Parts: sequence; structure tokens; C-alpha cells
Amino acid sequence: MKYIAQFGIIIAISLIGELLNRAIPLPIPASIYGMAILFTALCTKTIKLSQVKETGKFLILIMPLMFIAPATGLIESWSTMQEFIVALLVISAISTVLVAAAAGHITQLIIKHKGKEDKK
Amino acid sequence: MKEALQDSMFFGAALSIGTYILGVLIKRRWNFFLFNPLLLSITATISVLLILGIEYSEYNNSAKYITYLLTPATVALAIPLYEQISLLRKNLTAIIAGIASGVLTSSLSIFLMSLAFSLNHTQYVTLLPKSITTAIGISLSAELNGYIAITVSSIIITGLIGNIAGGLLCRLLRIKHPIAKGIAIGTSTHVMGTSKAMEIGEIEGAMSSLSIAVAGCMTVGAAILFEWWI
Repeated sequence: MKYIAQFGIIIAISLIGELLNRAIPLPIPASIYGMAILFTALCTKTIKLSQVKETGKFLILIMPLMFIAPATGLIESWSTMQEFIVALLVISAISTVLVAAAAGHITQLIIKHKGKEDKK
Repeated sequence: MKEALQDSMFFGAALSIGTYILGVLIKRRWNFFLFNPLLLSITATISVLLILGIEYSEYNNSAKYITYLLTPATVALAIPLYEQISLLRKNLTAIIAGIASGVLTSSLSIFLMSLAFSLNHTQYVTLLPKSITTAIGISLSAELNGYIAITVSSIIITGLIGNIAGGLLCRLLRIKHPIAKGIAIGTSTHVMGTSKAMEIGEIEGAMSSLSIAVAGCMTVGAAILFEWWI
């Protein structure tokens, strides 16, 4: 019963997310609404961690499996992708390095700055 | 034989799971950097479909039931986020500012390079979600009317970079603080980079998984702003 209830809560939140996605004209996926709802519910203790934990962690663990079918869809869009494969590879590689540099350094800078202020 | 597989309700799901397990076993046996279970599984699945001459739609008829779980699984990402809430609260400004600048850099660099390569609108919005987790990336690409399968490929290419070279990248970029390392890896290379960050350390792993959710949400916001630039 515990796992059924956990799965039920997660599916119910997904449903609310889906309804919000249809009702609100923004390109925000149902999953993001759902994640925000669950996070808020956990913070406000409306939902206890023990009411979603095991099933939630199981879903996160098997997540890589959910990427296989969409990625295999590449067969169908291969010809479209060929048109800009070089751009795709170059953009992916360069922007990845830039993003890591920006995110890492800004975080590091602020932590160090705050650390210094705390010492004063 | 081919007909039997095409009509099966479990062939696609079995093929996906089977090739993934095989991928994990190969990764365990030979720890070569390109032997990423997800990459191996996708390559094997595509090969099997091409060799047997099975249409993608036939395969997806049963494989889609696994993909169906993507929304509830992403909802569940709120759980690790909640579990790290004290670490999050303590370093909130640094973490949010770090992830935000990463997300902004992502959209801006993709925009500028798309201009340089003179990509069209659909190609551009296809690439916008490339640094975020596939779960959110797929939905975002669908919302932006991008090529979903290509978004997934660019996300996986990006993830592989993090999974293969996350630690090296931080060293080269001189990112030393464990929280900063986790944020850098998670913001740039999502779940696949996070599994590497977990190997580097506990704080790195936790911060990286936190970045997946936060960067994912912020990218949705950034994409709404950047969508119409090309």
C-alpha cells in the first residue's frame, strides 16, 4: 500500500502539472510545474518525505532508461540533423565549456567573498 | 519473426532495457571513457532496428511506455532538492547566481553561435535546451516546436562531455571549491555530468543534482526570452 500511495501522489502531481501546462499559455513543461508543486509541498510539510521517498528515488534511478527511446528517434530525424551536424557539435562543445566556467567561477567567487566578509 | 517483434507490446521496452543492461556490463568490464551505458544502449538499439528493418514507430509503440514515466520522474527530482535544503539555504546567493550565470551563458553562447552558423529558428530552438536534463529538455523542445530527437542528441552529446571530462574540465578552468565544482558540472552537463560529480565527492554530487533542477527551471524561463531572437 505504501508504494501505491507514493506512486499515486506522484502521478496526481503530474496530472496537476499537465492541467497547468494546458491552462497557462507558457512553454513550461508539465514536469516543471509538478516539481515546483512537490518541492513546495515538501517544504510546507503538506506532503511528508516518507510519503514519496522510495517510489520517487526509484523513478530517478531508472531515469536513464527513459532517454533511450527519444534518443533512438534520431533515426527518423537523421536527415534533418545532417543539415547542421557540424554546427550542432561545435555549439554543444563550446557552450558546455563556457557554461561550466561561468557557473563555477561565479559560485566560487561569491562563496570566497562571503567567507572573507564572515571573517571580518 | 520480424512481424512478431513489430506487433509485440514488449519488444521496444525489452530492447531498451536489455541494451542498457548490456551497456552497464560493458562499462564495468572495460572502463573505457566512451563506454557510457546510455550511449551504448542507444547505439545498440539503433543498430538492431536498422539491421532488422523495424520502423521507429513500431519500436516506439512499446518503448513509449518507459518514456511515459519521464514526467513523474522529473517531478520526483524535487526530493533530492528538498533533501539538500540546508546546504542550499546556507549558500543560496552563490548557488543561484552561479546557476543563473551559467544558464544565461548557455542561451547567449547558443544564440551567438547559431547566428555565426546562420541556423534557422527551428534549429536554434532545438539547441536552446541542450545543457539541461533530458526530461525538461524534451518538453521544452516540444513547447518551442524544435526537433525533439535532435534536442535529445545535443543533450546527450553535452552530457557525455561532462560524464567523460567533468573533473578534468574543472581542473583546467581552475574551479576548486566543491560547491562550485558541483554547480559547474550540473549546470553545464545535467544528469550525465552529475553521475561523474557523485564520483568526485558527496558535496559535488549533491550540488550537481541540485543544479539539474534549478538550471532546468531557469532555462525554461531563459528560453521564453531567447526564443524569438532568431
